[in-house]
Amino acid sequence: MGRTMNATSIALNDQELNFSRPARGRVGMFVLIVAEAAIFTIFVVAYLFYIGKSLTGPVPKDVLSVPIFYTICLLSSSLTIHLAAKALRLGSVRSFATLWIATIALGAAFVYGTATEWHRLIYHDGLTISTNLFGTTYYSLVGLHGFHVVAGLVALSIVMALTLRGNVKSEHAERIDVLSLYWHFVDVVWVVVFTVVYVIGR
Amino acid sequence: MSTDALALPRTERPSRPLVDTLHEWVTTVDHKRLGILYLGYALVFLVIGGIEAGIMRVQLIRAHNDFVSPQVFNRMFTMHGTTMIFFVVMPLVFGFANYLIPLMIGARDMAFPRLNAFSFWLTAFGGLLLYFSLVGANGLYGAGNAPDVGWFAYAPLTSRTFSVGHSTDFWTLSLLVSGFGSIGTAVNILTTILCMRCPGMSLAKMPLLAWLNLVMSCMVILAISPLTAAQLMLLVDRYLGGHFFDTQAGGSAVIWMHFFWVFGHPEVYVLVIPGFAFASEIIPVFSRKAIFGYPVMVAATICIGFIGMSVWAHHMFTVGMDSNANTFFVLSTMAIAVPTGIKIFNWLATMWGGKIEFKTPMLFCVGFLFQFLIAGLTGIMLGAAPFDWQLGNSYFVVAHFHYVIVGAILFTIFGAFYYWFPKMSGKMYIETLGKLHFWLFLVGFHLTFDFMHIPGLLGMPRRIYTYEPGRGWDIWNLIVTIGVFFQAVGIVVFVVNLLWSYFKGTIAGSDPWDAWTLEWSTPSPPPAYNFASIPEVKSRRPLWDVKHPDDPDWKYE
Repeated sequence: MGRTMNATSIALNDQELNFSRPARGRVGMFVLIVAEAAIFTIFVVAYLFYIGKSLTGPVPKDVLSVPIFYTICLLSSSLTIHLAAKALRLGSVRSFATLWIATIALGAAFVYGTATEWHRLIYHDGLTISTNLFGTTYYSLVGLHGFHVVAGLVALSIVMALTLRGNVKSEHAERIDVLSLYWHFVDVVWVVVFTVVYVIGR
Repeated sequence: MSTDALALPRTERPSRPLVDTLHEWVTTVDHKRLGILYLGYALVFLVIGGIEAGIMRVQLIRAHNDFVSPQVFNRMFTMHGTTMIFFVVMPLVFGFANYLIPLMIGARDMAFPRLNAFSFWLTAFGGLLLYFSLVGANGLYGAGNAPDVGWFAYAPLTSRTFSVGHSTDFWTLSLLVSGFGSIGTAVNILTTILCMRCPGMSLAKMPLLAWLNLVMSCMVILAISPLTAAQLMLLVDRYLGGHFFDTQAGGSAVIWMHFFWVFGHPEVYVLVIPGFAFASEIIPVFSRKAIFGYPVMVAATICIGFIGMSVWAHHMFTVGMDSNANTFFVLSTMAIAVPTGIKIFNWLATMWGGKIEFKTPMLFCVGFLFQFLIAGLTGIMLGAAPFDWQLGNSYFVVAHFHYVIVGAILFTIFGAFYYWFPKMSGKMYIETLGKLHFWLFLVGFHLTFDFMHIPGLLGMPRRIYTYEPGRGWDIWNLIVTIGVFFQAVGIVVFVVNLLWSYFKGTIAGSDPWDAWTLEWSTPSPPPAYNFASIPEVKSRRPLWDVKHPDDPDWKYE
């Protein structure tokens, strides 16, 4: 070290400091989740505010059907990712990989469900984002959530690729936990979106 | 171990090609370099935004002036507001936070250095995008130029029908992009403060600057995100034919106002809380006393954070809300004066009985105390709904919020520049020029913004490009414009002082102010990774403990 670094040293070693701080990955993810939650809140408020205010059809109760199967898919992916993270903590990379693939499959099924629903709405019912206020708020809110699911799937797939290359080991469990926090958040948002769009809004 | 070690000579580095240096700055993930990039970037935009303000003031210097056209005037106030909030004060705040927080909490860098660099470049790109509208916004329509919808861009003015061309798109995209940058930085600051503190630094032993930036970052997370959501909705409306703010299809223009001000008012606190933070570091050092009422300062700041999230619709009294909403927002606005008042008394009590040294940073902080008090008082006036019905959207409002943003925020930021310049550059600024800057700026500020209240009271609305003579507004507008020139000369003195001192200034040493927080324990400028060994602290003033081993702070805290 060619340069002086600490000019004034301030080590006070006369007592053992009992001092712990939270892990930064988790804290960072929690803060990001709060920010995302604020963004979703605004879209949810807009959706609730505009229920029943469309000047023309189609209206929700004529065209929306409750996507129960795909909702079960997405919600159970929270369970599989939780078990996957737990398996990795316990050192079982094999069962981690299996559960991880299951999570990706369930998430992909949900995206497929949204895609077919949108296809039906657009080509059968003639509802697009510019049709009326319902279309605008519906595609924006569900689309914003769907975007987060897709982003999560991309992240999950990257981890999967790394696992197949043999790069993921039990010492990475903490990072996997951080990613699974995000995935849980996406699921919780779906519970809210589901309630707002398919229960209250219908 | 002693302060003698500070004078050790530094090894000479051979000069390197400019390309290498540039490459190093562009690819850096060092929190200090990113902090300086933020500050330099913001100062460039400060000059640009100042020129825009100057153009408006020259236009208004007398009745029926035709210095610029009404169209250009609209673009000027839009660009001035947007630039000053998003590309001057926000980067200044983030720049200081980036530079100082790791140093003050005894960390080697931010929690996520690469995210930090990414956030800076997003912010930088946002500013460039806004100004690219000057060349890029014409599109095929030939009608656009710089955005001209005002900095809060009320619907339906922003719809395709009323904003042809792409100038409004540049506005919304630049705020969207820089908003992502701000969220990234806030995530980083929060995580850094919670997870990177050095051993011994419990939350209750952090410097107040760290505490206040913690609250500020929480508010960024909760306030910038709604803005991001609203900009996404505006993009849906403009590009995909959505109807969020389209009154012709049942949409609401008022909901845009709510979404904007849910961001807009907390934003004021996002900007002023770091100002409080600078004052809370500078005033004790130049009063030679520890801060008065540390826990109360923290509590008052958190209180401001909470109440600040629930006052937004006081920007909308003139829109016409029901009386319940009016009552709520009047009361919450009045309530926020309480914790703010507590803070002012704490700073005064810190100075009380102290051995005050009126160096330039302290002068700016004292100016801040007086001006922030007056800004708060006019804020309470405007917070009363009936008064606001009379004066909403008048120059009284413009004078009020410039009193906050210039008189409080910019003054503390100038104080912070002078206070930490020796740490960042290793050189001492010229005290005489600093004082000259202070007095020029103080006189200019008061000429401009004291007298700006009066045409407002006399009924002059904001955003008019000219006015009729004989309404009693002429003389006040003349005085207001004269004040701008004093401020401009003050800024020139400031920039000259910084540049001259950087190249020719005397060596500052590591601790020119005999201060007490950890950043002053490192050489000036601090080396990469700040600390050779991570410090351990036992009190809020670790350097006091080192300098006064006979009477350390931790015996009393």
